[in-house]
Amino acid sequence: MSWDPGSDVVEVTRGPQKAGGAAGLYRAFGETLRGLKTTFGQLTSGVTTFQYPEEKIPVYPRFRGRHRLHRFEDSGLEKCVGCSLCAAACPADCIRVVAAENTPEHRVSAGERYAAVYEINLSRCIFCGYCEVACPFDAITMGHDFELSDYNRSDLIFTKEMLLAEPPDRTPLRAEGE
Amino acid sequence: MIPPLAEVGFSEPWWVQVLAALFFAFVGLNLVPVVLLTERKVLGRFQNRYGPNRVGPFGILTPVADILKLLSKEQFRPRTAVGWLFVLAPILSITAAFGALAIIPYGNVNDVLGQPVGFYGIDVTIGPLYVFAFGAIAFYGLMLGGWSSGSKYSFLGSMRAAAQLISYEVAQGMALVGVIITAQTMSLTGIVNAQEGMWYIVPQFFGFVIFMVASFAETNRPPFDLVEADAELVGGYNTEFGGGKFALYYFAEYLNVIVISGMATTMFLGGWLLPFGISTPGWVGFFVVIVKMMLVVIVFIWIRATLPRLRYDQLMSLGWKVLLPLATLNMLVTAIVVTTS
Repeated sequence: MSWDPGSDVVEVTRGPQKAGGAAGLYRAFGETLRGLKTTFGQLTSGVTTFQYPEEKIPVYPRFRGRHRLHRFEDSGLEKCVGCSLCAAACPADCIRVVAAENTPEHRVSAGERYAAVYEINLSRCIFCGYCEVACPFDAITMGHDFELSDYNRSDLIFTKEMLLAEPPDRTPLRAEGE
Repeated sequence: MIPPLAEVGFSEPWWVQVLAALFFAFVGLNLVPVVLLTERKVLGRFQNRYGPNRVGPFGILTPVADILKLLSKEQFRPRTAVGWLFVLAPILSITAAFGALAIIPYGNVNDVLGQPVGFYGIDVTIGPLYVFAFGAIAFYGLMLGGWSSGSKYSFLGSMRAAAQLISYEVAQGMALVGVIITAQTMSLTGIVNAQEGMWYIVPQFFGFVIFMVASFAETNRPPFDLVEADAELVGGYNTEFGGGKFALYYFAEYLNVIVISGMATTMFLGGWLLPFGISTPGWVGFFVVIVKMMLVVIVFIWIRATLPRLRYDQLMSLGWKVLLPLATLNMLVTAIVVTTS
């Protein structure tokens, strides 16, 4: 069975199989010098380290960080109507919503009902953003905050007040075209 | 006046000897943290990062923090270790390194407050042999350390150290013979004085290259750090050592680097002499030697940043089949040139 590979043949140039005496020694010396030149070039090309806690890498606008709940800017009412669609969409099952009826005396949200309890367990959350997609009122979005470590697991359960609050401005956002 | 135990070119009264010894030990001790920090900082720059910069301004207190951390650790000993040897081995290592440090000359005999003082620990007439003698004792430190740990990895590491040191000491010694033949003396101050006019790196260039390559192996530096070879041997002979004992080993390793750079400076780079016949007062020569030593140390770091570790058989064949014949050839050619001219 002879098959002509035609133009599929790739010729590979290999170095000599044996070290090869004086010529090999000369070549090894030259290659060492070439390597030294390469590393010396890196010495002068500066550093690429970000001094992280002081110097932060800006995130992209679509970065999925810690969640935020939103209010209407004009009326100040919460956008969330307590429909639990986010909790249903959540693959990690980390959102807990308990809804309650709005009354004329106690009006919290724009809809019929509101979220009396809204908790996200951030130690479970996988930051997939499905809750954001599921929400019919854009009440929950993914923010840019990613510095979420804590000393205690129970401190990672974020309540509605924490999610509604304006986050401390500590994550730089990447500018257009950056 | 107590006669010195070794045959020396020049010796001071005993109290000057004690003061000078303390001073040069102090200098050597303080060079170690400097070299440690230089290594970590410069190596970082070679790899496009900053290196340590958290402790103190620009991280200059990092070695102090390192040493304090090591000294405050628990003294641990494996159950299988041989007690007194386990303690003795690092001490042997550091003693040998300190002993070798004594002959690095920082200057000729100069007047210090009206008293003639040689700027060196001791100026023995056998020069480089003294360093090799202490190198051989340092080898006991590694070997006993590995053996007395009672651990297989340590033992493998120290066996490698033994083979490596023996192979490369030969080539290193041979490389220096060329210099000794050219200078017609073995005293290190004599060798530096003979370099007035031309440093031996020019006529003895091959000797210099062979000496440096062998020195990387002698001091267990990359690319010949098979003794430590973290990837294969965990940590080599010092795997089981921690705290102060490990600090001693670490210190000895860097002292050896300093001694070797001092030897390279003295034998090939003109010691305290400046190029183009610029003559300086003696105390300037002291700093000239330190600067040259640091430059050699930076070459050590540069090589470390560049070359990967050799395989064990490659290490052996490089030592015996390449460096030793080249060093011998260099010696023969030098001898013929010197005797015929």
